[in-house]
Amino acid sequence: MKIVVCIKQVPASNDAKIDPETKRIIREGQKAIMNPFDTYALEEGVRMKEKYGGEVIALTMGPPKAEAVLREAISAGADRGILLSDRVFGGSDTWATSYALARAIEKIGDVDLVICGKQAIDGDTAQVGPGIASHLDWMQATYVMAVDSIEDNNITVKRMHEDGYDVCELRLPAVLTVVKDINTPRVPTLKGRLAAQKSEIPVLKPEDIGADPDKLGLNGSPTRVVKTQPPEPRQTDTLRIEGSPRECAQALVRELKFRGLV
Amino acid sequence: MIAKTYIEKAEYRNIWVIGELLSGEIQPVTYELIGAARGLADARQCEVWTVLIGAGAGAGAGSLFAYGTDTVVVVDDSRLDGFQDEIEAKVLVRLIKKYKPEVVLCGATTRGRALIPRVAVMANCGLTADCTRLSIDPENGDLLQTRPAFGGNILATIRCPDHRPQMATVRPRVMKALEPDISRVGRIIREGILDTDADKMKRIIEIFHSREGALNLSDAQVIIAGGRGMKGPEGFRLLKDFAFRVGGAVGASRAAVDSGWIPYAHQVGQTGQTVQAKLYIACGISGQIQHLVGMQSCETIVAIDKDPDTPMMQMADIAIVGDIFEIIPEIMNELAKS
Repeated sequence: MKIVVCIKQVPASNDAKIDPETKRIIREGQKAIMNPFDTYALEEGVRMKEKYGGEVIALTMGPPKAEAVLREAISAGADRGILLSDRVFGGSDTWATSYALARAIEKIGDVDLVICGKQAIDGDTAQVGPGIASHLDWMQATYVMAVDSIEDNNITVKRMHEDGYDVCELRLPAVLTVVKDINTPRVPTLKGRLAAQKSEIPVLKPEDIGADPDKLGLNGSPTRVVKTQPPEPRQTDTLRIEGSPRECAQALVRELKFRGLV
Repeated sequence: MIAKTYIEKAEYRNIWVIGELLSGEIQPVTYELIGAARGLADARQCEVWTVLIGAGAGAGAGSLFAYGTDTVVVVDDSRLDGFQDEIEAKVLVRLIKKYKPEVVLCGATTRGRALIPRVAVMANCGLTADCTRLSIDPENGDLLQTRPAFGGNILATIRCPDHRPQMATVRPRVMKALEPDISRVGRIIREGILDTDADKMKRIIEIFHSREGALNLSDAQVIIAGGRGMKGPEGFRLLKDFAFRVGGAVGASRAAVDSGWIPYAHQVGQTGQTVQAKLYIACGISGQIQHLVGMQSCETIVAIDKDPDTPMMQMADIAIVGDIFEIIPEIMNELAKS
């Protein structure tokens, strides 16, 4: 099995700073981590490799410093990493990002399975995974909470829905997005850390993956961020209740009854 | 040369809602989206269309006119049994090319968020995830799509100036369905699926519907939610008792879910459920913005915490300062008396 795990480097905190011109997120000068949902995608890929053999390739698109998440992925079991980094990629929305990742996956060649986290914690769109599948015209399964089996080029997965789950079988090659219920990621080993340190991480540009520059970056993105603002606070006059637990409980129940809520 | 393709915007007309079906049954988010679409369509002086794709999709089509839709497109085929995202996406792209809608709205549910990104890529258009507000720019008629990002710390407004249709997923329980008006009428258009639409078909082996957890939470009128202050799984047992007494559901903050005290299905907030209960009792939840965005539209919010100065205690309608583990049993006693 040749497995590509797509990873995003995200700011460690949610205190977002916005570029006033592009209205996009300023990533410089912020502590950055691997998107937490991607750690489950990586772990699932590594487990599959251990069970079925093959190779796990960690793929990311971002600024040069995004290399750090690829080394982290190698220390947690990926065989190698590939970084897509170039000014032309900058400002890509989910359409352009999934296009670039799809072209890179094609360039890698003979990939059986792509695994992504269900969404990134900064953008929260959950659009890039299905977007990659669409650009590649591959099958997809989203919100995957378990991989039951891989046999004869078919993969059987359990998909989470708001109202339960379903179990379905799809043909490889395919794209999965996974939720945190799927596994518990391992802690990187010392051996893994050493491998990560020594690993050569190739940096690919649009021409290296055969991507049309007109479909990348702000130019290739159909969406435009026109305004960002802090959310409006809920306006309330808070009724404060203090006293002994019994007094508090009595006052609350009285108030809830008055409001017709119990 | 996608970015430079010239789109004749005027050819694109009408606001579309992609209906959500579960075993042929129309889901509530569909009515909410029709309500939102009606407002947009009135501003654009055009029609609301609802597209129902699925096995047995035709059954409820006629009921949608009362909620504000003018036209229903039905694609009812046995090959669409279960959630076949690849097939649904191809059908939708074909319909979009044929009828050229100006706007396409879909629920930001697990199904909607799987289906629509696939469609947006194929249809070459922009897509905004998880919108909480939609409006029409009076100057140029573009759809303004507002969504929370960065865990709710920022509201971003997005537009798609040069691509049509403009596509958005919308959070369930954010938009309001209209009161049904049974005098409203409309037309139903039936479309089929082509063999080429169904070249990638999943084999659905098992479907399990559960009223436990998420669904229960999203429909609940009363929610008892716990955070880090519940200290462990035992704390949530207390909340379950409390919820049972008041006929409510149990919610949780991300911190409690990440600590493994309660399953993810109970998580309220940016990466969990959005809830609109009449009464939300937050127990030991500090009220990080990620949590607040998922519950701040509840009617009455009660916070119980030792710390009087948390964001949750500040924004609540009623704030009780004290020990949760002592106060909740007293509340249950007090309720038992009445």
